[in-house]
Amino acid sequence: MQPFKPVLLEAVGVPDGHTLASYRSRGGYAPAEKLLAEKQPVDVVEMVKASGLRGRGGAGFSTGLKWTFLPKDHPGPIYLCINADESEPGTFNNRILMEDDPHQVIEGIILSAYATRASTAYIYLRYEYPRSWHRLQAAIDEAYASGLLGKNIKGSGFSLDIYLHRGAAAYICGEETGLIESLEGKRAWPRIKPPFPAIEGLFRKPTVVNNIETMACVAQIARRGVEWFKSIGVPADPANPRDPGSYGPKLYCLSGHVERPGCYEAPLGITARQLIDQFGGGVWKGRKAKAVIPGGISMGLMTESELDTPLDFAGPGKVGCLGLGTAAVVVIDETVSIVDFLHNSCRFFAHESCGQCTPCREGTSWSLRMLERIKAGKGRLKDLELLAEIGNTMGMMPGSTICGLADGAAWPIKNAIKKFRGEFEDYIKRTNPHGWMVTDPVPALQIVGAHH
Amino acid sequence: MIAQRKILTDEMVAKIEALAPRYPNRRALTLPALHIVNAELRHVPLQAVAEIAEVLGLAPAEVQDTLSFYQFFHQEKPHGRVRAFVCRSVSCALRGGDHLLEHLCKANGIDPYGTTADGELTIEPAECLGACDFAPCILANDDLLKNMTPEDAAAALKQPRAKAT
Repeated sequence: MQPFKPVLLEAVGVPDGHTLASYRSRGGYAPAEKLLAEKQPVDVVEMVKASGLRGRGGAGFSTGLKWTFLPKDHPGPIYLCINADESEPGTFNNRILMEDDPHQVIEGIILSAYATRASTAYIYLRYEYPRSWHRLQAAIDEAYASGLLGKNIKGSGFSLDIYLHRGAAAYICGEETGLIESLEGKRAWPRIKPPFPAIEGLFRKPTVVNNIETMACVAQIARRGVEWFKSIGVPADPANPRDPGSYGPKLYCLSGHVERPGCYEAPLGITARQLIDQFGGGVWKGRKAKAVIPGGISMGLMTESELDTPLDFAGPGKVGCLGLGTAAVVVIDETVSIVDFLHNSCRFFAHESCGQCTPCREGTSWSLRMLERIKAGKGRLKDLELLAEIGNTMGMMPGSTICGLADGAAWPIKNAIKKFRGEFEDYIKRTNPHGWMVTDPVPALQIVGAHH
Repeated sequence: MIAQRKILTDEMVAKIEALAPRYPNRRALTLPALHIVNAELRHVPLQAVAEIAEVLGLAPAEVQDTLSFYQFFHQEKPHGRVRAFVCRSVSCALRGGDHLLEHLCKANGIDPYGTTADGELTIEPAECLGACDFAPCILANDDLLKNMTPEDAAAALKQPRAKAT
């Protein structure tokens, strides 16, 4: 791997790196001031489109293209929502950006609001990030005081207000229409699409929802240029006309059983093995990895033999995972029971399903109850078929739910059972020697600990 | 209609109203208002819900619907002066998160989501706190407690702590 100097994380470890003075000393805000003075919004859209930037929140959709879905010549208001509800298990890159370099995020928001002609931006921030809350608010205050926010920014005629809006500990608010509903003061039930937010979003107005790291990327593209951004990462596959490539630096969150957990910046396309060995100091305690989550728990599992898969937008899908997701890499060592892992995953999704769509509400709940029963020594081989059936039938992909939460709940189930079937079968036979072969219906155990 | 507010203070209402210019309608003030009340009272009783609804021009059921969705706002009684969220999601679980939760509940003689008899401490399981680089971790009011052992955590939760903002 070529030596790579962090850009998105350049403020980490810098004394007072989170302040306006420090950000300016690194070249910050000059690009935004220049673009606002000299360029039209459409130029900023074209710049971001040309960079190939794909959204960093999980879906990987082209950011510039998303902006072009806004209606032309709309009288306004148009809203920009910044998704800082980072809640995907294993993910903390946005927290680092907000805490250590909030002005980088704000410059990206200014540019993105200019491009989309939004004059109000809401940052929807998860409750569990009080430090991000204080750092962001202090940075917003500094930006207002120096004329980078508010009316007629630096004489450009462009005005922008940024408001922080705090969530209340619900994973579903990271889904963009759930976020919009929550911001409107309602339960965070995702909306049926279309209409997409670009047409009818927040307060029924055209809306763009972008992720925090995406904003940081926009700021860096403005500072360093499209060619710089495109020189990093994995180019589009010429054999696949639908592959837009995976360009730019990416923040990878490494956690679980590694020696040095942390948020590391690398070109898109680094492999999990490189991340673990070169950044993470290897699997902890000299052990081997049994499985690795490639991009947040929703993305499923890679086995040890799949760790050389490049973690670009296209890579994890090639080994049966859902995608790159949030690029949160969680290492599970060889001592962990895959049954315990799947129980943890099912518990998370049963807790976080918003309850709107029956296949997800019931599917996540029953998959947890089955895992509870298996762990209680009452599992049957039949349960693996039932779990797989749940996994195959709930979600946007099979067409049974409104949002992708259920797909994220299904993928760990499907991957775990397919890739570690032998371990499940051994566990069930060992812990239920007299009943593992039974196929009759069984009473469910109460869920322990999912709800209160 | 409520003739007189019994729970919301003028100060709370002033804080809510200060945020009103940020939004094109008053329903969007629901979550901010719930947070403002909860920060003071450490719970949001039904009476407060009705009063918030009146301030915002909503039906109480609309505010209650939102509140009940989030499972964040206690309603029956206040949570402790320290509210400790113990992460149980995958990265923390791999490093002892479930054990940490169990130990802390046992050490304080309470069940998960329970509050000690003196009203000092509430312990709640939490899904990913977004601090997996410091697993296992706890969010105690505004303080992130990092790389916790059960013993360290039990001691840390006995310390006085600024209230959550």
